[in-house]
Amino acid sequence: MMNKAYLRTILLIAINSLFISACSDLGVKPWERNILAHDEMQLNHDPVEAGLDDHIYFSKEASSGGRGFGGGGCGCN
Amino acid sequence: MQLVKQKNGNTNQADQSEDKQLMTHKFKKITPALAAASCSLLGAGDTLAKDETGTWNFDVAALLYAESDDRVQAAEPVFNATKTYDDGEILNFKVVFDTLTGASPNGATPSDQAQVFTQPSGKGSFTTATNERPIDDTFQDTRAAISANWSAPINRDWAYSTGAYGSKEYDYLSLGINGAVKRYLNQKNTELSVGLSFSADTLEPEGGHPLGLSEMPHKSSSAFDTEFAASREGSSDTKTIIDAVFGVTQVISRNTIMQFNYGISLSDGYLNDPFKILSVIDDTAGANFGGNLKNTAATAENIYLYEARPDSRMKHSFYWQTKYALNNGDVIDGSYRFMLDDWGINSHTLDFRYRWALGESYLEPHLRYYMQSEADFYKPFVSSTEYNAGAPTFKEASSDERLSEMDAITVGLKYGWKFADDQEVNMRVEYYLQSHTGDNGFGKLSQQDLYPDSQAVIFQIGYSF
Repeated sequence: MMNKAYLRTILLIAINSLFISACSDLGVKPWERNILAHDEMQLNHDPVEAGLDDHIYFSKEASSGGRGFGGGGCGCN
Repeated sequence: MQLVKQKNGNTNQADQSEDKQLMTHKFKKITPALAAASCSLLGAGDTLAKDETGTWNFDVAALLYAESDDRVQAAEPVFNATKTYDDGEILNFKVVFDTLTGASPNGATPSDQAQVFTQPSGKGSFTTATNERPIDDTFQDTRAAISANWSAPINRDWAYSTGAYGSKEYDYLSLGINGAVKRYLNQKNTELSVGLSFSADTLEPEGGHPLGLSEMPHKSSSAFDTEFAASREGSSDTKTIIDAVFGVTQVISRNTIMQFNYGISLSDGYLNDPFKILSVIDDTAGANFGGNLKNTAATAENIYLYEARPDSRMKHSFYWQTKYALNNGDVIDGSYRFMLDDWGINSHTLDFRYRWALGESYLEPHLRYYMQSEADFYKPFVSSTEYNAGAPTFKEASSDERLSEMDAITVGLKYGWKFADDQEVNMRVEYYLQSHTGDNGFGKLSQQDLYPDSQAVIFQIGYSF
């Protein structure tokens, strides 16, 4: 199980690295950031809501983290 | 809001620059000049924005969470304060209170006979009626959590953040610190980040925590006090959690941004749930096939075992998120997470939000789908063969439904209204449905519903100013 798991880990890291190297061709000029600068275009634009949701799902499911640290910090799981 | 207006002010100028951008294909030498011009525009923006920076922004919110069948009810107020300084430094404080009441399944299976359970504290007992799911209704807790975070640029290409938090419940204390470093590349179109978090938790459940796989003593026993003491491992225990997150954020185009994160999390120490037990089910052919196995005491009580999990867990998570702005101002937000751990669990989480812009307000439908496989040591019950007359044939077992094979769906709707500069009220309602599957048992047990669905309603109201 773990060998397969680690293989998948390595594969995903490799895919991510490919994306990074491809990233140098992506993007915008500094004066093209008007849309991206909007509040609602921030990746975590409502951290209060995200924090509450993380707490609920951490308490009810076996997974946590992803967006950020998966820690927990409560006795709810 | 003032800041946004100023940004928009810049945008008009930026749009003019954008037209010039087309010319750069022919006149490449202009590019550095344009870049310099745009930088000076942004610089001007920073200067204008100085009135706004150094001031506080606040978010207050309250969440109500209610499970069906009078199970867990939670009320959770949050207070969040953020101060942004002139040079991009950000200070953030967050306080969360959490009140839980209601009842939680204790892990035992329903039975065709009434069942008597000793409370986890050892101070009393409760009875579950026939064919009912055993629920411990002494479940209640209050939590207070506070966190502080500081982030700042180091120079044009680097930034860092650091934070600390503490969370206290009646029987649980968690203290943590974290830090992260960011590196900007490709004119800040690519952002690489590395974050580390360390948390030290202490559990002190009332009555101490049970020894894994020991038998739950019954109050009816004349030697209860001795038996209860023998089933305890100690009065307090600890666990440590170390998290590392490696992230890449990439601007794809003027209206698309994407993030990939890889996270690794190591938990070490006491990882059991001290309130969970397992039923021992008789698999000997006869009248009690599939019924609870009973002990040899004169009162012939059912046998239940306290759960036992491994004392470490390593989780890996892969997270991808994309935000896409439509020309009409709507925003699509989609994410996918794959998680796997050395407990044999892997999970998939899909999350989708569509922010529908309606002038000053917006509507945001939300869909989330989650599925997980069961942990290697998940057991909805223990058979009498496995129980092996008190010398179990296994070392780890838990009937915690959160470790079972499940899928869950969340459907929600949020409404927000920006009624004044920098002020927004919002509210959301969500419905959460969780379904479990697994071994349905044998004999009499197979007549019981071991995997009832659980449902919850989430309501949140928030105000930002």
